[in-house]
Amino acid sequence: MSSTTGRFRPSSSESDLDRPNIEDYLPSGSSIQQEPRGKLRLRDLLDISPTLTEAAGAIVDDSFTRCFKSNSPEPWNWNIYLFPLWCCGVVIRYFILFPVRVLVLTLGWIIFLSSYIPVHFLLKGHDRLRKKLERFLVELICSFFVASWTGVVKYHGPRPSMRPNQVFVANHTSMIDFIILEQMTAFAVIMQKHAGWVGLLQSTILESMGCIWFNRTESKDREIVARKLREHVQGADNPLLIFPEGTCVNNHYTVMFKKGAFELGCSVCPVAIKYNKIFVDAFWNSRKQSFTKHLLQLMTSWAVVCDVWYLEPQNMRSGETPIEFAERVRDIISARAGLKKVPWDGYLKHSRPSPKHRERKQQSFAESVLRRLEEK
Amino acid sequence: MGNTSSMLTQYDIEEVQERCNHTFSQQEIVSLYQRFCQLDRNGRGFISSDEFLSIPEFAVNPLSQRLLRMLNGLNFKEFVAFLSAFSPRATLQHKIEFIFKVYDSDCNGKVTFSDILDILRDLTGQFISEQQREQVLTRVLEESGYTKDSALNISDFMKILGNSGTRMEVEVPVD
Repeated sequence: MSSTTGRFRPSSSESDLDRPNIEDYLPSGSSIQQEPRGKLRLRDLLDISPTLTEAAGAIVDDSFTRCFKSNSPEPWNWNIYLFPLWCCGVVIRYFILFPVRVLVLTLGWIIFLSSYIPVHFLLKGHDRLRKKLERFLVELICSFFVASWTGVVKYHGPRPSMRPNQVFVANHTSMIDFIILEQMTAFAVIMQKHAGWVGLLQSTILESMGCIWFNRTESKDREIVARKLREHVQGADNPLLIFPEGTCVNNHYTVMFKKGAFELGCSVCPVAIKYNKIFVDAFWNSRKQSFTKHLLQLMTSWAVVCDVWYLEPQNMRSGETPIEFAERVRDIISARAGLKKVPWDGYLKHSRPSPKHRERKQQSFAESVLRRLEEK
Repeated sequence: MGNTSSMLTQYDIEEVQERCNHTFSQQEIVSLYQRFCQLDRNGRGFISSDEFLSIPEFAVNPLSQRLLRMLNGLNFKEFVAFLSAFSPRATLQHKIEFIFKVYDSDCNGKVTFSDILDILRDLTGQFISEQQREQVLTRVLEESGYTKDSALNISDFMKILGNSGTRMEVEVPVD
């Protein structure tokens, strides 16, 4: 059923793979001009208050910055009898839990490496068996990671099946999303290429899972990724996991989904992830801290509590564009995880919005001026 | 990372309130302070143009470049004073004075034909030709009893905008 609707688009659409139209999301002709009528007078030209109000409104509060705001934990220890309790907690968390967790993680790595390296090099001829073992081992090390922050993860819905022609899309809060999902299913994932030890893992171990890396800033990478995506979806036997937001959001909002995952012509299985902030904020604010620091923060907290919902697979409906399809899936995920939707592209964290948006506002003002000039 | 809002004392807040003629309540000032610290990512005590432009909703505003010139290097007190024109408690006169200041780029108390034209250019971009813009503005000015060469001062602005029902209000979110 999926194959009939969304056969691949010509390559011209690939260049804007990562640039959905903001106009497709915003209500048309946003509030700048409420269609004033009548003859154009001087005061209509001089009164720039609507534009100024919009600017000041954005300075005071804006929906984009809200998406990436870390929530500082509510202090509860400033009280004469709570304070000693809180201190006990600190001692337990930092001096008992943390060392134990480091130990668990080290043990995990020892087990993992001592089996992965022989499997990887000795089973060169038996590709199927090797793949199977490697995937099992990656799932295992991810379980150790989850254990290292006492992850209390509730999985709802049917476990993902290992068959081709499906992609899983999830909302993105931190790289630990990937670990949490990976411990259940050996997904191949599409991720930004990182530096440091994460990058090392990416290029060695995760490579064997069929994972695809790219560089957000390289436009050439986009085409390569789009091609690899198609190859993987058609050929490989493990499902693909994509975080279509393209950036970590604080788990209160969802930013626009990139349409790349939605124009492959295969089923899209939404996964909704909601973290409980009771012990720690799982949002990785990459501007403020490195991933290592983020992991340490998780490892010194009481627990990471989260819910994962595997939702019903969706197919592109006839007459639906990839963007509309992406929006529909975003609706499903946002509703399940209780997230608010904002009409922004998450990549704006790294770049400025295109001048197109400003020109749209200028055009509507210019048209209204010219129209009213004609009126008597 | 400590709670930055706790660094504002009652004394500070009152000082800021004085500066902005009590157009903002104490809670609103605390909110604005948190926002100011959030935008001032480098913690330098003012918000740079780059930091302002990182707000997409601000960056797409046709007047953003002009406002940036007014916002450049403002400390928190000046930042609040800047925003005070948008408070529901600000007088109409205050609001119109603010609009006047946006027009009066050289701060000489006079808004000339070319000042208005500059703003009109920001607002309409390439969608009206330069020549047509000048025609429109000349015609509209003459219909209101001014000429191309007259310089408008603040009392002209009051006369023109005073009864137009200008709504220039921004609500500061208070949690």
